[in-house]
Amino acid sequence: MRRPSARKRWSWRSQAFRGLLWQVVAVLLVGFAVWFLAHNTLENMRARGIQSGFDFLKGPAGFDIGESLIPYDALDPYWKAFLVGILNTLRVAIIGIGVATLFGTLLGIGRFSANAIVRGLCYAYTETFRNVPILLQLLFWYLVFTEVLPPVAEPVSVGPFLLSKAGFSFPWWVEGRWSVPAPGAFSMEGGASATPEFMAVLMGLVFYTSAFIGEIVRAGIAAVPKGQVEAASALGLPRGLQVRKVILPQALRVIIPPLTSQYLNITKNSSLAVAIGYPDVVSIANTSLNNTGRAVECISIIMLVYLVTSLSTALFMNWYNKRVAIQER
Amino acid sequence: MNKTTVSLAIALALAVPFGAHAGKTLDSIKQKGQVACGVHTGLSGFSQADSQGNWDGIDVDYCKALAAAVLGDASKVKYVPLTAAQRFTALQSGEIDILSRNTTWTLTRDASLGLNFIGTVYYDGQGFLVPAKSKVKSAKAMKGATVCVQSGTTTEKNLTDYSRANKLDMKPVVFEKIEAATGAYFSGRCAAFTTDASGLASVRNKEAKNPADHVILPELISKEPLGPAVRRGDDEWFAIAKWVLFGLIEAEEYDITQANVEKLAAESTDPVVMRITGKSEDTGKLLGLDKDWMVKAVKAVGNYGEMFERNVGPKTPLNLPRGLNNQWNKGGLQYAPPIR
Ligand SMILES: N[C@@H](CCC(=O)N[C@@H](CS)C(=O)NCC(=O)O)C(=O)O
Repeated sequence: MRRPSARKRWSWRSQAFRGLLWQVVAVLLVGFAVWFLAHNTLENMRARGIQSGFDFLKGPAGFDIGESLIPYDALDPYWKAFLVGILNTLRVAIIGIGVATLFGTLLGIGRFSANAIVRGLCYAYTETFRNVPILLQLLFWYLVFTEVLPPVAEPVSVGPFLLSKAGFSFPWWVEGRWSVPAPGAFSMEGGASATPEFMAVLMGLVFYTSAFIGEIVRAGIAAVPKGQVEAASALGLPRGLQVRKVILPQALRVIIPPLTSQYLNITKNSSLAVAIGYPDVVSIANTSLNNTGRAVECISIIMLVYLVTSLSTALFMNWYNKRVAIQER
Repeated sequence: MNKTTVSLAIALALAVPFGAHAGKTLDSIKQKGQVACGVHTGLSGFSQADSQGNWDGIDVDYCKALAAAVLGDASKVKYVPLTAAQRFTALQSGEIDILSRNTTWTLTRDASLGLNFIGTVYYDGQGFLVPAKSKVKSAKAMKGATVCVQSGTTTEKNLTDYSRANKLDMKPVVFEKIEAATGAYFSGRCAAFTTDASGLASVRNKEAKNPADHVILPELISKEPLGPAVRRGDDEWFAIAKWVLFGLIEAEEYDITQANVEKLAAESTDPVVMRITGKSEDTGKLLGLDKDWMVKAVKAVGNYGEMFERNVGPKTPLNLPRGLNNQWNKGGLQYAPPIR
């Protein structure tokens, strides 16, 4: 192949130059459009007497939040309220990703079971949960927790574990000793509780997403050539080792890219939690928006939070994908 | 985030900036032939539609009076049902001409949302609804209780203030939709539901399987002056909206009623009544309206007292006492500046 000479490459009419030109024009156009929209929005808001700006983040939020991973008080600033919301979103998303991956993997493997009942059950589960809209599933689980479970005063208990309208309560290490939950006048006292809102969001996300993950795992396993398993059997590897050492490493290559989008979906779907009163970042932003009237700002924060979490999830998964990818020889 | 918010953002981003456009609202209303009025999606006594799409309620009556005063016909109202979260954006974006939807007048809203409150249609306060069987008699007894609230309202902050001030450590469960909030309360997830006392009466009356199973606690924990608001930047329209409300209140003060207004307009020699009915001075002209603007308004919905009794008063299912909403000379707070 003949390489073009350096001089020729940079002439005005060269493809490289034209390519560069178009890139610059495109960047300028996009930049101008963004500037125009932002500037115009601010102008119009000013003309209509709508106040704007992110300064409100430093002022006191003034509202309580039902559950929080960090100490939070209503007099704390708005940014801290947002942080509580972001942590609540991450909490349900991360636990959801963990449990859904475990469930989904079992489901996917179950589809190859020698036992017809196991195969059938896994199939039925997958088809049910991935075909019912997730919002309905969230509402369903919330209904189960709030309507079906007994009131706080008379919980169902398995040892120290209690289920009631106050959620799932369990013993917890509080101030240097184990504290066991017991019904109080209006709520469980002692121990720790996962609220019905949290449980319902978590279960909704896990049941829905694990059905998809199951399919991805099934497809991944199916993509491993039969010969590989046969060869492993011929070598006398036991079934467990075959799965762990031969099938899964090869299947992972196929599994990880679509799995990444499921992880992104879990995080994004967790925003449906507002429907059932879980204080995630969207719920906090809604309240802040209504207390301050800073609609554009609060919505930008929501978008930024989801963008950052999605991008970091994708980056991490890409890195992991590279690591597990089998070097082709 | 909802459709209205998004469309407002788009409108703000694309519209050519222009200054405040005074007087435009009245012109456009006359041209369209109707007043676009933002109301509650369904709050009995305040605004609700029947199966034929006819709206009633005290907030709705104000819109009717306004349409009667401006267009001479109380039926020329376009009702735009709005949720708590949509209401201000609907006004800012110009979708409605007036917001008449149990909305509390607060400094933040008045000063930073690009709107102006015109007065108070109903003086309210925030209360608690609890199941009768819980035997709770006072909000102060609800230490550590979970309380269902709806976001997008003044209620979350009031709840926090009250819980702090009384060291009650109440736990809010915040829902975006009112149905979800009341649903969770009725299912027993929360020990109480909180919003404006008038809203509680309405929810209890409409949503509860048996209204007698729920009680509204005696404590009112906040001031909630509920009133209509207009968009900023049109002082003429602001004045019209204000004076229609004042006129309805003053009509009660001077015993001008739906039944007698035409007769009084024809016969009364009382100078105040003659001014209100436009028989002497032409107050309508100053506002850009017809001379008999108040006659038309009162003819349409009656005076303020009649609006109250018909929609929310003791003879209605809501059974709210007149209390703070009585005339100033009868122990209440309703005091209209004089039409003169
Ligand atoms: N007055 C309070 C509360 C008014 C309010 O929005 N109340 C709730 C409960 S009655 C409501 O209307 N929800 C119905 C909805 O959002 O559609 C305010 O202005 O924020």
